[in-house]
Amino acid sequence: MTRFKPSWQAMLAIVLCLAAVILGAMSKPEAAAAAAYPYLGTKGLIIGLAVATALVSAIRIQPVVEALVLFVGAHLVAWLLISGIAGFEGTALAPYFLLLAAAWLLGWRCVAVLSGLRPAADWAKAALRLVIPAIFGAWILIIWEAVTRGAGIPFILLPPPSAIGARFVNSLPVLGADVRQTIFKAVLIGYIVGNLAGFITAILADRVPFLRRGLLPIGNMVSALPIIGVAPIMVMWFGFDWPSKAAVVIIMTFFPMLVNTVAGLAASGHMERDLMRTYASGYWQTLIKLRLPAAAPFIFNALKINSTLALIGAIVAEFFGTPVVGMGFRISTEVGRMNIDMVWAEIAVAALAGSVFYGVVALVERAVTFWHPSVRGG
Amino acid sequence: MDSFRSKIIPVTTLLAGIVVLWYVFAVILNAPFQRDLDARSGQTPGTMEFIGKTLSQPKPTMPAPHQVAQNVFENTFLRSVTSNRSLVYNAWVTLSSTLLGFAFGTALGILIAVGIVHVTTLDRSLMPWIIASQTIPILAVAPMIIVVLAAVGITGLIPKALISTYLSFFPVAVGMVKGLRSPELMHLDLMHTYNASRAQTFWKLRVPASVPFLFTSMKVAVAASLVGAIVGELPTGAVAGIGAKLLAGAYYSQTVDIWAALVAGSVVAALLVMAVGIAGRLVDRAMGGRPA
Repeated sequence: MTRFKPSWQAMLAIVLCLAAVILGAMSKPEAAAAAAYPYLGTKGLIIGLAVATALVSAIRIQPVVEALVLFVGAHLVAWLLISGIAGFEGTALAPYFLLLAAAWLLGWRCVAVLSGLRPAADWAKAALRLVIPAIFGAWILIIWEAVTRGAGIPFILLPPPSAIGARFVNSLPVLGADVRQTIFKAVLIGYIVGNLAGFITAILADRVPFLRRGLLPIGNMVSALPIIGVAPIMVMWFGFDWPSKAAVVIIMTFFPMLVNTVAGLAASGHMERDLMRTYASGYWQTLIKLRLPAAAPFIFNALKINSTLALIGAIVAEFFGTPVVGMGFRISTEVGRMNIDMVWAEIAVAALAGSVFYGVVALVERAVTFWHPSVRGG
Repeated sequence: MDSFRSKIIPVTTLLAGIVVLWYVFAVILNAPFQRDLDARSGQTPGTMEFIGKTLSQPKPTMPAPHQVAQNVFENTFLRSVTSNRSLVYNAWVTLSSTLLGFAFGTALGILIAVGIVHVTTLDRSLMPWIIASQTIPILAVAPMIIVVLAAVGITGLIPKALISTYLSFFPVAVGMVKGLRSPELMHLDLMHTYNASRAQTFWKLRVPASVPFLFTSMKVAVAASLVGAIVGELPTGAVAGIGAKLLAGAYYSQTVDIWAALVAGSVVAALLVMAVGIAGRLVDRAMGGRPA
């Protein structure tokens, strides 16, 4: 058993660091006036840190320790790089990007080591399931930040995440008003009404087989159509305020709910239905005690699909006319005014709202369909 | 014949019912405005005459089916294909960016799926983000992508196609991951006993097994990329395309035009989904699949 087990990521990181040393200055000011540059010592520190991290990771040690060393090392290098470029945006030279790539490789190695772990405890498994994607997401942000600032990408093209975060915090009241208008009025009301309507229609269709045979193909076809196109019509009918957006959401959420519920009501097996018949239970008893619970996974699937569709519908409908508040309105006007950081802040809100919405539906699903194999098996 | 009796009759009956309902709604929704008009010009038409008038307004609140059909027919067959009022021309503009985006999206989706199936790191770190990426209402980002790319000097087809790409890669990626993992342990073991390399297992077992999954998810993806292309035309004031027709109709209250554009979009969507379905069946037959 050898003492070393070098990974290609670590080796490549060391090669990149050496290349960075040979190429010299990390940014133009550093090259121009070495004496005036306040962070002269930083570069040596960064390279040393990166190389040390890579070397430690190549030694055969406990994977947990290795992951920890890589985690600290990679993120420290990234932090030093980003804080070193502050005030000198747009002046980065090749070594800056080489070191960034080296740090990213170390981060990748860290994720690779973590994915190789097979902990026994449940809490450790759950933590790993969260930590691995979190590191991946953090690195997207780090690279975004480092590249936009290092290469000096114009602010109106792609603002760095830190600027978006600052804008987000500074304009909380405006964002809050938009969320109230778009999500708490248009999306929620439309979502509830649309899903209920789809559900009730599905029960009706289940009662009348003729209706079911006709509705299913039509419903399937409609779900492939660009329904979002009804937005201008709804704005014309129901005016600029939230009812028109809620109407678009209702139409968009109706068909997925209908199709999924009808499919779900057919999901209970013959045996179980026969059992209900031997109990002499009527249609409604069978429906409530057997078929609706059996349809729950399908219904929740529709609720999940609809959570995204509802947000999209409400935001896009706002492009066709709104009062001067709302997420879609804000996005389209701020794009026109070239306030791209505000647009990104609004997108972050939309992403957050979408994920929370989806997450809540998924949590309710886990609580309600606790008996289903896909939940029980964990 | 069985499928005829059990499917086509209910579907046509329901469609006929929808058309009748549509007429009823058109009369009800257009009635207030028509009553207004009549009152102003001092006319007192009979019931039948009144209904006839509500169904032939030039800018109705709800156009009647025959008005939409007439508009679609005129703009599809009677106009030259190069005219920018022709629906064929507008549908073609949208279709071209849809197809480009669909091609990008499918390629990207397959690539991601192959990566996820073969690299554990990607599986554990990328998969949650792919799912999270779809909870973001990406269509909201569409205007910005287009305006920003226009600022860099990229205009025309590519920005719209990029939005289509984003919408269409997800179903393909998820479907392909499922498909590439669909071979059973027995089959994988068999490949193992043949001493097959990873590449051989991939090409001879995983890829053929994933084809049905690919086409199923491509049907979803092509519909999604059409939506992406239409919405991509909205914010820039694009001059041509189904989305541009919708926007122009909304600005000038040309309701019949909006409905005609919607019909055109739906026809394109149905054709695309059908084309993918037929391609899937052809590939299936070429690979020696038998109808189950």
